[in-house]
Amino acid sequence: MSLRTPVGSDHQLARLLQIGIVLEEVVEARAAKHAAETEDLDDETKELLEEAATESADHRQRLEELVAELDAETIGFEEIQRLVEEQYEADQDFDGVLYDQLCNEETAYKFYDDLIEAIEETDTAFSIDREHVLSTLRELRAEEKEGVEEVTELMERRD
Amino acid sequence: MNTADQYLKAIYLVQDIENGPASTGSIAELLDVSPASANEMIGKLEGRELCIHEKYKGVKLTDEGILRAREALKHYCIIERFLYEVLEVEEFRAEAKQLEPVIDETVAERLDTIIDRSPDCPDCFDAEADVCGLLTGELEQSQ
Repeated sequence: MSLRTPVGSDHQLARLLQIGIVLEEVVEARAAKHAAETEDLDDETKELLEEAATESADHRQRLEELVAELDAETIGFEEIQRLVEEQYEADQDFDGVLYDQLCNEETAYKFYDDLIEAIEETDTAFSIDREHVLSTLRELRAEEKEGVEEVTELMERRD
Repeated sequence: MNTADQYLKAIYLVQDIENGPASTGSIAELLDVSPASANEMIGKLEGRELCIHEKYKGVKLTDEGILRAREALKHYCIIERFLYEVLEVEEFRAEAKQLEPVIDETVAERLDTIIDRSPDCPDCFDAEADVCGLLTGELEQSQ
């Protein structure tokens, strides 16, 4: 039982999709930074991070297309990259590159899962086709799930 | 943030404003629900030993309830600050309330990696103004 309906209008849907875009941008920026700057990174981990950054770029483009259909704006990747850079030093206590990447994938998965549930629960009529939004979000959720499994498998092989 | 955590946060804030046990009427008003709904949920929280409800006095959080309420308030602060700092949303207070049920704590923690939040959080939260006190200062400076 929710206290309020979080997706009760085009505006709120667009806002949540914007948050999804920012999350993907954070994933992309952090994964790319780890891949480029972490010393002694093995080829397998580096490849995984580069693929994750590419996948996030694809995800945000698909979300941006939905946001454009809702006639809302998005925050540019350069701006998020700058914010990630600014706050990056504060996160030195994160337990390693792979753990950070696991958090990235799990967070994105959880976000899409909650958003899909919220859209399914509401009977709000959006100006954009509801099934189109849901099918896109379900595809992104499935890819995040695969991402979680890939990172987990790699971590287990390292133990 | 789930419904239980939203209630715990509301009780915590009302206790702060009323400087003592929180009245169910004030909790219901803050959450924009009926007193009957608030009573029902408070009963559930009491069953989970997160609060104590004394008739004619009001609701008090237990130590465990306070811990969870403070975590919920921290996540709420992250949402407010993220909307204001990153998405530059003018009506960030209203939108934060609207969005909080669908922003999970793991999502809030990730959004926290790109905002500038005080180490004092959530003690900086102004319960009466229902907004981060430090954010109010930033707003005044920008006007």
